[in-house]
Amino acid sequence: MALELKPLEQFTIERLVPLHIGRLDVSFTNSALLMTIAVVLITALTVLATRKAALVPGRWQSVAEMSYEFVADMVDTNAGHGARDFFPFVFTLFMFILFANLLGLVPYSFTVTSHIIITFALAAVVFIGVTIIGFIRHGMHFLRLFVPEGVPVVLLLLLVPIELLSYFIRPFTLSIRLFANMLAGHTMLAIFGGFAASVGFLAIFPLGINVLLIGLELLVAALQAYVFAILTCLYLRDALHLH
Amino acid sequence: MSEGRPPDPLARLGERLDKARATRTGEPAPGPGEPALQQGVGLGLRIGVEFVVAVVVATGLGWALDRWLGTRPWGTIVLFFLGVGAGMVSVYRAVTGIKTVVGYRRLDAAASRESIKGKWDDEE
Repeated sequence: MALELKPLEQFTIERLVPLHIGRLDVSFTNSALLMTIAVVLITALTVLATRKAALVPGRWQSVAEMSYEFVADMVDTNAGHGARDFFPFVFTLFMFILFANLLGLVPYSFTVTSHIIITFALAAVVFIGVTIIGFIRHGMHFLRLFVPEGVPVVLLLLLVPIELLSYFIRPFTLSIRLFANMLAGHTMLAIFGGFAASVGFLAIFPLGINVLLIGLELLVAALQAYVFAILTCLYLRDALHLH
Repeated sequence: MSEGRPPDPLARLGERLDKARATRTGEPAPGPGEPALQQGVGLGLRIGVEFVVAVVVATGLGWALDRWLGTRPWGTIVLFFLGVGAGMVSVYRAVTGIKTVVGYRRLDAAASRESIKGKWDDEE
């Protein structure tokens, strides 16, 4: 039986509009297209839905306000006071990842966040930004983050490297978590889809599994955006309020 | 405009808003499931990767240092164990909520885990 499974084909980057500046390949790819769509949709949601803002919100205004309040509440409870300045950043991050994840679930589209270079770029921005904020707010005192309190000097020799390591691992865990979840989910969907296409009337079983998986993927798409945003808040909290 | 006299319609609106907010707290937040469930699942998804990545990244770093400094195999060995340590520390922190007590609301998280368990039991 010729079982044609190409579960990873969906992750190929295609150049939609080839474009080169010197030696640099800046082609407009399917990845760039999906990111543009995400940004346009988010902008439309937040701008259009609140343009005719009413005291009693309509449907779209409600969605926009709920996402705003959701992120605002997350920033307040997780990043501590004085973190409201960073609300726009966290909101942008959350909405972008959420929309990128959800748009990836639309058939024939492309999942931006299934590419580690994109999630790593996002995580690196968070990591570098948080480090810079920490140094701006606390100067060299920020390095105290790596020195646990009330620990004998001998143990510090062991604990400081561990603290350093767990600090520098942050961008990796942040990016790998998002990327691996999206990659695994979409690969599974494609594999079961491939089964369904090749087993005739028995296709009802893999198809049923796919229906369940889509539900799970919707959950994962929202939760991963949530986890990314909440960890950004927690890292900000570390930088803003030293222990 | 006379000062001192509270703007009556606004005060009443405030009362109504407060009432509306009080009734709204029971509703689910945007996103899947209840906030408590979401926090529980979010925490679970978070720590799943934490330990593995810590070990892998640290060992890779040690391996790279060995190649660079020609100290094979010591960098790999030392950084592997440091990575295990760092992974354990971050998982422990994520679960117990050291430094992040407010964020993880330990009691709430535990309660939500119980409610999740209850839900699964009901479905079976």
